[in-house]
Formats: sequence, C-alpha cells, structure tokens
Amino acid sequence: MSATGSYLPAGLPAPGPAPDGLDAPWWAATAEHRLVVQRCAGCGRHQWGPEWVCHRCRSFDLDWVDVAPRGVIYSWERVWHPVHPALAEACPYVVVLVELPHADGVRMVGNLLGEPTDDVVIGSDVEAVFEDHDGDTPYTLVQWRRLA
Amino acid sequence: MPERERTIKGTAAIVGVGETAYYKRAQAPDPEFRLCLDAILAAVDDAGLAVDDIDGFASYSNDRNEPSRIASALGLPELRFSNMVWGGGGGGGSAAVGNAAAAVAAGYAENVVVFRALAQGQFGRFGQAPPLRAVSGPMAYTMPYGLMSPAQMFAMRVQRFMHEHGAGQAAQRAVAMASYHHAQANPRAIMRGRPLTEEAYDGSRWIVEPFHLYDCCMENDGAAAVIVTSAERAPDLRHPPAYVWAAAQGSSVGQGLPVHNAPDYATANFKTLARRLYATAGVDAADVDVVQSYENFTGGVVMSLVEHGFCAPEEVDKVLTLENLTAPHGSLPLNTSGGNLAECYMHGLELVVEAVRQVRGTSTSQVPDVELSLVTSGPMVTPVSDLLLSASR
Repeated sequence: MSATGSYLPAGLPAPGPAPDGLDAPWWAATAEHRLVVQRCAGCGRHQWGPEWVCHRCRSFDLDWVDVAPRGVIYSWERVWHPVHPALAEACPYVVVLVELPHADGVRMVGNLLGEPTDDVVIGSDVEAVFEDHDGDTPYTLVQWRRLA
Repeated sequence: MPERERTIKGTAAIVGVGETAYYKRAQAPDPEFRLCLDAILAAVDDAGLAVDDIDGFASYSNDRNEPSRIASALGLPELRFSNMVWGGGGGGGSAAVGNAAAAVAAGYAENVVVFRALAQGQFGRFGQAPPLRAVSGPMAYTMPYGLMSPAQMFAMRVQRFMHEHGAGQAAQRAVAMASYHHAQANPRAIMRGRPLTEEAYDGSRWIVEPFHLYDCCMENDGAAAVIVTSAERAPDLRHPPAYVWAAAQGSSVGQGLPVHNAPDYATANFKTLARRLYATAGVDAADVDVVQSYENFTGGVVMSLVEHGFCAPEEVDKVLTLENLTAPHGSLPLNTSGGNLAECYMHGLELVVEAVRQVRGTSTSQVPDVELSLVTSGPMVTPVSDLLLSASR
C-alpha cells in the first residue's frame, strides 16, 4: 500500500530506527516485506520488542530471524476518541495485539484491517500485511487481517 | 550479633497533609512551582511543624519541581534527602511515601515532604499525543498504529482481563459511580454537584473500548503534599499520626518489556507487591478497612482490587458493586474522596491524603473505626506501589 492507501491517515510521526542501532534490522526487513524478531543464538528463544540482551540466558548474541507472518489476536481495542490531530477524522479504528505462536508467543501491535466496527474476536487467526509509506523517510508498517 | 529485624513497620508516620484548591485543567491561577510551595506549606502547617524542620523531599513521575529549588526557595537550613521514583503515571505515589519513611527510619532526615504538583495548562496534557515529527525506540512500534495515549496503552490489558475472566462492564461502572458518589460529599471535589447515574455511565461515549468516558481519570491542575516523620516524634504533633505499617514497590517479571510483551499481561501489576505488603504488616485483605485505589482507568482498579485479595477475578461484576464500594457501610469502601475520577487528578497523591484522613477520622465520607487504610498506586504501569497506614503504631 502507499500512504494514501494506509489504514490510518497521513500525518502521524514517521517511525524509524533508533539512533543506537538496536533495531535497524527490523526496519530493513519490513521494507522487504519480511517479518523478523530477535532470537537468542545462545538458548534459541525468540523475544520482542528490540533489546540488547536475551531475557532468559543473558546472552548478547541475538539474531534477527524471519518468522511466519501469521498470528492470533491476543487482545484488541477500538479507538473512538482521537488524541492526535492527524486522527481527528479517523475514528473509530481498531488496534490489535497479535501473538505469534511460531515465535514463542511474542506479541506485536498493529491495526486490524477491515471494517472497524466489525466484531473482533480474541483467538482469531490473522496474517501480516505490509503497509509501505513513502516520503522523506520511507517506512513500512506491519498490519494484520483476518484469515477466513 | 543477631541480625536486626529489617522492617518499616512502626518506624514512621504521616503527620501532615496539604493541598491547594483543585482546578480543572489549565484553570489554576498560579504556575506549577507556586502550587507546589502552597501545598508543602499547608502540610507543614497541618503538622504543626516549622518550615525550617523540613529537611527532605520525595516525589515521583518525574515531577518538575526539584527539591534543591524548593529547599532554596524556602530558605531551608539544610537539605538532607531528595528522592525520585522512576516511572510515569501514578505508580510511584505510595513508593515515594515508602522512600520518605525509609529515609526517616535510616536517620538520613527527620521530616520528609512527599509532594506532587501538576499544571497541565502550563505544561503538556497527559491525554494528548506528544507533538513529535518522528519516533524511534519502543514508541515506533505503537504510535504509528494510533496507540499513544494512556487510555490506549491500557485498554488492551483490561480487554484481555475481561476475556480471561468473563467480566463485563458492571464492576468498572461501579468503581466510577463510587468515586462520583463520594465526591458529592467532598467540597474539594471537582465533580461535586455532578452525580453519576447508571444511565449516564452507560450512555457515555467510548474513549477507547472497553473504556467509557467515565472510566477515565480527569486532567487537573493543583498540588498536594504529605509530611513523614519518625514514629517517636509523631504523637507530639498536632493530629493523630497515620503510621506506616508497610510500603511496597516494583513489578513482576518482564512488566517493562516493550510493545506489550509482559508475560503476565492481564494484570494491574500488584500480584507480587500485595503479598509483600501484607507480609510486612502481618495482615491480610480481610483486615483492611478502606481502600484508595489509583484510577487511571476503572478497569485497572478492578484488577488492583482482585490482586489485593478483595475479590476473585471471576466475581468482579458480582462483588464490586456500588453498594459494597460505598462508605460508610459498604464491605469495601473505595476512593472515599472521589479520587482521580471525581475529586482531582493529583496523580494519586490525593489518595494518600485521603487515606490519612480516614485514619484521622476526618474524611467527608468517613468509614467507622478505621484501623487499616490502604493505598494502591499505579495500576498497569511499572513500577507500581502500595502503602498501608494505621491509627496504631
């Protein structure tokens, strides 16, 4: 999708890599429409969001690995009151918390594509949709849509 | 030499409380620092201390008013203790009192002020997104999806709790109505004169599901302060002391993980604290007479009450009713000043002040014969904190 075809209107702050370099691989991968998370080279455990050290074995040897772009809705919210000028006409919209069963259950935040007033059911299967944004600093968001 | 028993119980007490008038957001006639000084001086006066007796400060949530400026502005002879609890929101409210008590117990200082001052008119609003052009770090994984305000950050925790335990909206409504009910008796309360009915709650607009308008705290201007001194000195001061029986702060494993990855997600984050709090005091939930529980959002209060042992998670809609939550005769009188929802969003320090009033017997919605008065600060943030006050040392 282009920015004009994005789930939320243009005008929100542009996301990008942190200055410390920690999550540069995420932004590079999503630009290629690949879903990645960190996995510890020491103990093999996936973890999210970006961090320097393994939460389990404290190894600093963390890889970025591709994971299946499939998940399950873990929780959700429907936003009716805009708190940013860019969203003044965008409500309601739905934010979902998606659990990735193939990656030790890490969770990601995204929007649930489709009619915002449709019922949202915890436990539903969803797949990732990569939403490209143009501009001075292009970036790609990871959205989610229901699987039939 | 045997190890000395290490406990805060019986070592310190709150002996003074002070508040400015409470204002709707951006309506305070004075800037934040002036409000801060007014509340501190009121607390000193309430305690019957001299201003020069103050030698320490503790606050939380990155309060902008630094102790060095306050001490200098007031010409204090000596500053011996200054302390800040990390973390946003109101999670540090009880922890700041705990830290003040620890300073007194350790002998670092004699009379420590715990304060919080807020002028959201002078500075930014909590309920609006910060004015940014670009984001990186953890916010880069939430803000572009329209998840950026406190209500939006916590709604999914409550939604998950409701899903896991089959809870509906009734307990959250009762929490809101209890605060509004108590505010009607409180001349300080912003929402005095504006009672809340079930119909008004049910008919109110959604902010973010599952939060109605009335599930969300206000945004206000004002300041509050309390003074902590030693248990030995406390009985000689003006009012009956509110003795610190226990204080606890912290969180369970992984609660600070970015992008909503805390392993235990559907929680107010008090499960580990409540155990420590009660163990320190040597009591359990049944011994608590009255509760001030921080309401950023009512769903967080519901989870807080569950995690402090007042109600099973499957029974919240049945047990947490307006009747049970109302002073003087409810089984669990809650937020008896009106709290963040209906008295003033003083970032929860007004809840500590009210907990002291309940111990003194001077609340506008007084519970009879209060022996144990509980404050829970936070919910859903990290760290959160707890404070248990008593009329007896």
